Amino acid sequence: MADASTMHIDVVSAEEEIFSGEAEFVALPGESGELGIYPKHTPLITRIRPGSVRIKIPGQAEEELVFVAGGILEVQPDMVTVLAETAIRGHDLDEARASEAKKQAEEALANKSGKIDYAKAQAELAEAIAQLQAITRMRTKR
Amino acid sequence: MAGFKEIRSKIRSVENTKKITKAMEMVAASKMRKVQERMRAARPYSATVRNIAGHLAEANPEYTHPFMVKRDVVKRAGLIVVTTDKGLCGGMNTNVLRSVTSKLREFEERNIGSDVVAIGSKGVGFLSRIGARIVSQVVQLGDTPHLAKLIGPVKVLLDAYQAGEVDEIHLFYTRFINTMSQVPVTEQLVPLSAEHLRPDWGTHGWDYLYEPDAPTVIDDLLKRYLESMIYRALAENMASEQSARRMAMKAATDNAGNVISELRLVYNKNRQAAITKELSEIVSGAAAV
Repeated sequence: MADASTMHIDVVSAEEEIFSGEAEFVALPGESGELGIYPKHTPLITRIRPGSVRIKIPGQAEEELVFVAGGILEVQPDMVTVLAETAIRGHDLDEARASEAKKQAEEALANKSGKIDYAKAQAELAEAIAQLQAITRMRTKR
Repeated sequence: MAGFKEIRSKIRSVENTKKITKAMEMVAASKMRKVQERMRAARPYSATVRNIAGHLAEANPEYTHPFMVKRDVVKRAGLIVVTTDKGLCGGMNTNVLRSVTSKLREFEERNIGSDVVAIGSKGVGFLSRIGARIVSQVVQLGDTPHLAKLIGPVKVLLDAYQAGEVDEIHLFYTRFINTMSQVPVTEQLVPLSAEHLRPDWGTHGWDYLYEPDAPTVIDDLLKRYLESMIYRALAENMASEQSARRMAMKAATDNAGNVISELRLVYNKNRQAAITKELSEIVSGAAAV
């Protein structure tokens, strides 16, 4: 895959592939300090803090800069993978998001009995399906 | 003759409707391409997370995360239901909600309670009308899926799972097969089965250095993995939505065209009949003179 002086690096987030290619050197903000990685690094897995990832591409004077909002770094001797976050994460922030979603549901839900009205569900679904069938029949008729 | 004006205004109204459905069809077609790209862009991440989690599981056989432990007695199940925010997209929401309803009924028969996380306002509306217990919801997702919007509602259910309140989590969405076909699917999200985490490439004999420690990293990874699966479900659902809408609007446009040509026929027949009648009146009038 790569010769001895380079390694493959992938920076991916859940929403897109941010960077993929060969690199001579990568620097990124690890959870317990700045990390610099050359090819043939020992296998390592760690969380990274929000910051910029600097990638030195062979034959290119300028370093590639990628900003990540935290994430997870996996290092293997000939490849580096950065799983970047797309959103700033944190325990409190996630908790706030969860309670927000919960609150919305509670507001929307008048009866929290948990008794499911299957008759109503079936009637509603049957009506929707009947409508759709009517439309397809109308189409095939012609 | 009566009815001329009515027919003409009817034709005009159907023509206007046709213009609208045609426009919606084209909008959906252009959005479809973008959402499909989004869907593809999400693939490398989930594949990578799965690979790393697979490596980790292999390197740490002694540590099994609660997400991977199958519970013997299931008392409560969680359902994550992904639907669209807007209608006019054919039967895709109906199909998903139908499989949700049958699953809910199955759980009730087995005496299993159910908590629902509703993503998309169509599902929220339906599920709250039928009285399902919605523990969290998210609506107004827009045209591009964003992971940030999913973190909160999904965390509610994952926390409940880790606290032992929920013993299984199922995911419902519409899978995008191609632009012509989308199918409703049900996947069991948690507990994760072993084949979920099998890495794509071969085994290796070494372990990683962990910072800060293995369990923390594995916890983080598995959470990311689940989130990426739900994100992918949302992205597929959005791609399905646009394709389904394009098809539905194409059908509506075609139908409007048919209705217009039928109405034209009636209109012309009436016009001819009126002319013939008038002529015969004139002729018979002339003959009488």
